[in-house]
Amino acid sequence: MTALLDVRHLAVSLPGAGGQVLPVIHDATLQVSRGEIVGIAGESGSGKSMTAQALLGLLPERAQVSGSAVLDGNTELVGRSGRAWRTVRGTRIAMVFQDATAALHPMLTVGRQLTEHMREHLGLDRRAAEARALDLLDRVRIPGGRGALRSYPHQLSGGMRQRVAIASALACEPELLIADEPTTALDVTVQAGILELFDELRRESGLSVLFITHDLGVLAALTVRAYVFYAGRVMESGPTGELLLRPRHPYTAALLHARPHADDSWTLPEDGVTRPDEAAERRTQPLVTIPGSAVSPAAAPPGCPFAPRCAYAEAACTGELPPVTEVRPGHAVACRVLPDLTEVPA
Amino acid sequence: MTTVILLFGVTVLTFSLIQLVPGDSMTASLSETALNDPAVVSAYRDKWGLDEPVTTQYAIYLGNLLQGDLGISRQTSRPVLGDLMTYVPATLEIAIPAMILSVLLGTGIGLYAALRHGRVGDQVVRVGSLLGLSTPPFWLALVTLYVFFYVLGLAPSGGRLSSWITPPPTRTGMLTVDALLAGQWMTWWDAVQHLLLPVAVLTCLTVATLVRFVRSAMLEVLDQDYVRAARAKGLPTATVLRRHVLRAGLVPVITVSGLAFASLLSGTVLVEQIFSWPGVGQYAFRAASGLDLPAVLGVSLFVAVVYTLVNLMVDLLYGVIDPRIRLS
Amino acid sequence: MTGPRIDLTPSESGDPVTTGTVPPAPGGDPRTQRLLERRRWAGRLRVRSVSSTWRQPSVVFALILLGVWMLAAALAPVVAPFDPVTQSANLYASPSAEHWFGTDELGRDVFSRVVHGARLSLPVAVIIVGVALAIGAVLGLLAGYLGRAADEVIMRVTDLVFAFPQIILAMAVAAAFGPSTRNAVLALIIVSWPTYARVIRSSVLSVRGADYLAASRLLGVGPVMALRRDVVPNAVGPAVVLATLELGNAVLMLAALSFLGLGPRPPAPEWGAMIAAGSRDLSMWWVSVFPGLAILTVVLAFNILGDALRDRLDPRYAKGLS
Repeated sequence: MTALLDVRHLAVSLPGAGGQVLPVIHDATLQVSRGEIVGIAGESGSGKSMTAQALLGLLPERAQVSGSAVLDGNTELVGRSGRAWRTVRGTRIAMVFQDATAALHPMLTVGRQLTEHMREHLGLDRRAAEARALDLLDRVRIPGGRGALRSYPHQLSGGMRQRVAIASALACEPELLIADEPTTALDVTVQAGILELFDELRRESGLSVLFITHDLGVLAALTVRAYVFYAGRVMESGPTGELLLRPRHPYTAALLHARPHADDSWTLPEDGVTRPDEAAERRTQPLVTIPGSAVSPAAAPPGCPFAPRCAYAEAACTGELPPVTEVRPGHAVACRVLPDLTEVPA
Repeated sequence: MTTVILLFGVTVLTFSLIQLVPGDSMTASLSETALNDPAVVSAYRDKWGLDEPVTTQYAIYLGNLLQGDLGISRQTSRPVLGDLMTYVPATLEIAIPAMILSVLLGTGIGLYAALRHGRVGDQVVRVGSLLGLSTPPFWLALVTLYVFFYVLGLAPSGGRLSSWITPPPTRTGMLTVDALLAGQWMTWWDAVQHLLLPVAVLTCLTVATLVRFVRSAMLEVLDQDYVRAARAKGLPTATVLRRHVLRAGLVPVITVSGLAFASLLSGTVLVEQIFSWPGVGQYAFRAASGLDLPAVLGVSLFVAVVYTLVNLMVDLLYGVIDPRIRLS
Repeated sequence: MTGPRIDLTPSESGDPVTTGTVPPAPGGDPRTQRLLERRRWAGRLRVRSVSSTWRQPSVVFALILLGVWMLAAALAPVVAPFDPVTQSANLYASPSAEHWFGTDELGRDVFSRVVHGARLSLPVAVIIVGVALAIGAVLGLLAGYLGRAADEVIMRVTDLVFAFPQIILAMAVAAAFGPSTRNAVLALIIVSWPTYARVIRSSVLSVRGADYLAASRLLGVGPVMALRRDVVPNAVGPAVVLATLELGNAVLMLAALSFLGLGPRPPAPEWGAMIAAGSRDLSMWWVSVFPGLAILTVVLAFNILGDALRDRLDPRYAKGLS
């Protein structure tokens, strides 16, 4: 079975000042199958948003893109012209942005923003487009019907705005939805609602989603498989549960350790009051920060970009790219050392 | 309300200028023959309350202003307000087309430069607008007139109509409109030909100011997520530009139009004289070079009032365009 | 530079700035580490930016133009072949080997008058900008720092000045005072100080709420000291940019006032007045074309420099203006 989206050796670089070329993605290979929610995780600057923009041709005009990205086995996305993109954008791949407040036009009504591309792509007249828009609002659980169509984004709450953005992305029945940190700008409770919506859409209409996030919790809650990006490269990929529970790449492990988390076994004291010293006891593992700072794809060393910060790095790591090893079916790790990570180094 | 306070302040400012005149404001306001006539002098002192304390003088000044009395021009010996009313239509006739052209061209060129950011087109626009900003308006007018009238013989030497053509019956005071109303096509065409150069020069200068602001406003809009989102929806580029970019850019463009209007008003004062265009600008030029203080202050007050009202309109328009302001 | 969006837009200087917080390095105080980190970036940014600013072709062009004009102004008596005010019987001579720019309606050498014009316009522009900047700086600092009534009064006065297009108010003031170089300068100072006051006030306000000012107050730094140490350095950048642009504007406005007959009295070789004189007879184009080119080149040079400085010191300033 061919994957819905098959990205191989995607590399992107942007023109910098003084004619330099700044690489932002070095070599990304990833697949999304039908009806699957696939995650991309990584810190800011790791190239995950760039991947999303490259897949929709939204990069700055002078960006250089190489490699290949094939949609549905028949449509090459790399190297498309401006006009050719119009047969893909909106209709076959749609995108949900991080901040709906910024991604919705402040001066156009919700109805206008939901229907304009339907009328363009599906050739609907105003009435039919509006009926469809009402349908969509229902699907993303926005109450208010016609009234909601006539409102402006600033009159809606943050969560509602993101729902409008999702509805707009779904308007032309795309095969693939790219969601670029769609819950980052939202409150935790609202965030849960949006995540649930994504899952519902996948179950009900078999939607495929490429879900970009920096939040490992969100990754765990929503995705079946995930790719961990660092400095424009895929460090580790595999089933989400396996990645998070038994990471094999030192970077993935470090990310997990750097996350504050409570001991699963802690219980509420009987009087319901937590004593100050208890809070510290509650953590089974201490917070471990990653030494050094995140490196940009342009400044990465020739070898493994994580090597300078890696506790397991060997001399060969900095000089040469690590081989990609399939440690288990579907679980690949780009690491030369493949240390035993069950023990946390001192 | 703030506009009213501002206009009140403007009158205080012009009044203070009269007080600041070295020597006697009377000598600055009355012609020499009038000064020698005791009856005129005492009537003048009486009218402006020159024997009263300053505050009373200001009250009288304000009262006179409110009745439309801006004083008597020393050069024309006529009420300044009457003079202004005669000259305003001529100025409007070049200012209105120049304003419309400037906003259209300024928006178009500014958007173009923003779209070509950092490339040749952008650089050309940037150099052009810098040149426009650095050129003295009256000199540009002179050079244009020299080239198109003296060298090429394509344009008339100045004025509003050729000498052999009788003006159409006055209705609006704007000759092109009056000629159309009277159905005099020859006259209309002649008036249009006279309009071209002054309008072109004013437009050049105003566009130079506008383009820079529009460019940076559009650059900001183009970088917004909603523009990226509109592209991600697969809309044609033209639709994205028209519906999403231009609409959002309209708010700053309108704000800047107030600025364009100021540059236009200044331009008229400096340019009309060169084109022998009998408008407010030429009146101001003659008043300034003839040290006709009542006329100079009258023109400034008039311009300030118009400019303030335009800015008020801009603020109101702002609300009409932007739903965030309209609905909150 | 703020965090998460950097990965979309590479920083202008070409320095890739890494984002996210800087975790403490092993074996070092994290705060010191962070400060060092920041200083390193800042230092690199500055070194690069200054040199690249001066290397832009347009900036080089502007500096050469200004250099030539400054030399002309300083050495006018040596450079100019004729006395700028001495009349001769050789009226309206077209440009020739003897009179490069021809002669005017009184037989004076236009080239000599243009060169001497720089001696008049450039220092006058500097005086106008200097004084207006000083007044604007003091009032802007007061308005921003004292706030309340002082702020209200000063800002309302600036509103009043802004209610007029600049040249119109300058014309009214100059006409009321009577035509002379001194009064034209006075008029131009009166119409231009509010711009500086506004800019400086807003940079004071932007600093006033900043955490580090609160921090220095906690450390017992008095208001005067805080003003000198924290507020002033932040206001300098925008003020320098504005002053450079305003130098060009001052030259332009002075020319406009004298074109209106409200500037230096004849026979002073003022560029605007020379253009006015030349406008009486179109066939003698050289009488007005050369002084106009003089204004154009000087103002253009100031504008290019001001723009380049603005791009360098504060990219957001251009947007802040509207």
